[in-house]
Amino acid sequence: MSDAAPEKPVWTRKHLLALNDLSPEEILYVLDTAESFKEVSTRSVKKVPALRGRVVCTMFFEDSTRTRMSFTLAAQRLSADVVDFSAKVSSASKGESLRDTARNIEAMGIDIMIVRHSSAGAANDLTQAVDCCVINAGDGQHAHPTQGLLDLFTIRERKGRIEGLNVAIAGDIAHSRVARSDLRGLVKLGANVTLVGPPTLVPRSFEQLGARVTSNFDEILPEMDVINMLRIQQERITSSVFPSIREYIRLFGMNAERFQRCKPDVLIMHPGPVNRGKELAADIADGPNSSILRQVTNGLAVRMAVLFLCQQAAAAEKST
Amino acid sequence: MKTLLNAKELQATLARMAREIAQAAPRDAEVAVVGVRRRGETLAQRLLALLADAGVKPAHHGVLDITLYRDDLTTIGPAAVVRGTEIDFDITDTWLVLVDDVLYTGRSIRAALTALTDFGRARAIRLAVLVDRGLRELPIQPDFVGLRQESTPDSEVIVKLSEVDGVDEVEME
Repeated sequence: MSDAAPEKPVWTRKHLLALNDLSPEEILYVLDTAESFKEVSTRSVKKVPALRGRVVCTMFFEDSTRTRMSFTLAAQRLSADVVDFSAKVSSASKGESLRDTARNIEAMGIDIMIVRHSSAGAANDLTQAVDCCVINAGDGQHAHPTQGLLDLFTIRERKGRIEGLNVAIAGDIAHSRVARSDLRGLVKLGANVTLVGPPTLVPRSFEQLGARVTSNFDEILPEMDVINMLRIQQERITSSVFPSIREYIRLFGMNAERFQRCKPDVLIMHPGPVNRGKELAADIADGPNSSILRQVTNGLAVRMAVLFLCQQAAAAEKST
Repeated sequence: MKTLLNAKELQATLARMAREIAQAAPRDAEVAVVGVRRRGETLAQRLLALLADAGVKPAHHGVLDITLYRDDLTTIGPAAVVRGTEIDFDITDTWLVLVDDVLYTGRSIRAALTALTDFGRARAIRLAVLVDRGLRELPIQPDFVGLRQESTPDSEVIVKLSEVDGVDEVEME
């Protein structure tokens, strides 16, 4: 192999905290790398030795089944050893105790920490406390960068591009880290983003991030190439900012009638798990326009890429 | 800078290699050709056509990216660019010709062999390289060689192919 290495590597980050930090080139580089990792999951031996001897710790202080499983599988397909540390902590005892916990875990020889926490900035905070790689798997309402990346990856895969697409994100934007990460990534890559939902859940302040904000879902349907339906977070329905669920579904649910008014090739996305018949009708969720399961499959490749790239950056830092 | 092969010589060399491979290929097994990214991939493409001229039609071909299998991954850092493997056939029981441009330390081929093992159990794997420059660090030997060229560790053998580099030639500096 006489392949010359590129003069300046595109990716030099050992942490992934938020898409806001990344340049469009960096985002595209992760997507391209993920493209290469997709094939690994189709082999008879679904494993490559890239992270052999490395140890990955999943640290989930907030419930998650699929994201943790996706990260675990991604790490295992790269031949890393994976350990799990999961604990519910009260929000009062976070701060120092999270740092202490992380230092203790790092002392056992961990190379990569994958952190989900209910408090915004938790992953970022950990980078001050430990030397190892830190991957944000969701921090409060702030960011969920790998979800953003896998959504971008899926849109590019299905639509062939991202630039110039009209993308709507519908639902409880204010409380959604998925919406924030998607929005950041989409705007950076040149999509036109519209945020849809009741005014209490879609504050006008989002216009400063480059999005259009509206509460009229029906009006924008015909022009959309992609519609990402956020999950109704049941726990918020009782709060004063959330209208009654019936009212919400009537105004912002994706049903057969609304679907009829969309472009025939509209891509319907959902970060899962779907409340069937609520924000999204079951037959649309299972229909040919839906990419819900594709998003899950792609999530694995994207997380493999993120783990690999961050680990390579950390290795380079150590060797200099 | 010394030219080892010009365009005409390079093409003639590949044609000879194709004839040798065709002669060695068993009649009772499917022949597969797999190139190592990236110059090996291009050479494999050319060999496919030349093999057909020589009377052997490979049943399968593919591309192997060995990046994730390199033994120096931890030291090369972000310079490791993953470009992906494309082997969409079962290599089990095939007579597989692995193609690379330059054989040097043997470490790339070690990585390639480990990677191929993850795809199945070939009946046999044969190694075809355009240039064998010696200086092996692992016990790996080629089966089909375009050119044997003695070299020193501080020299560089550069294979240029028109599909990638706009010109066909092999140089040493």
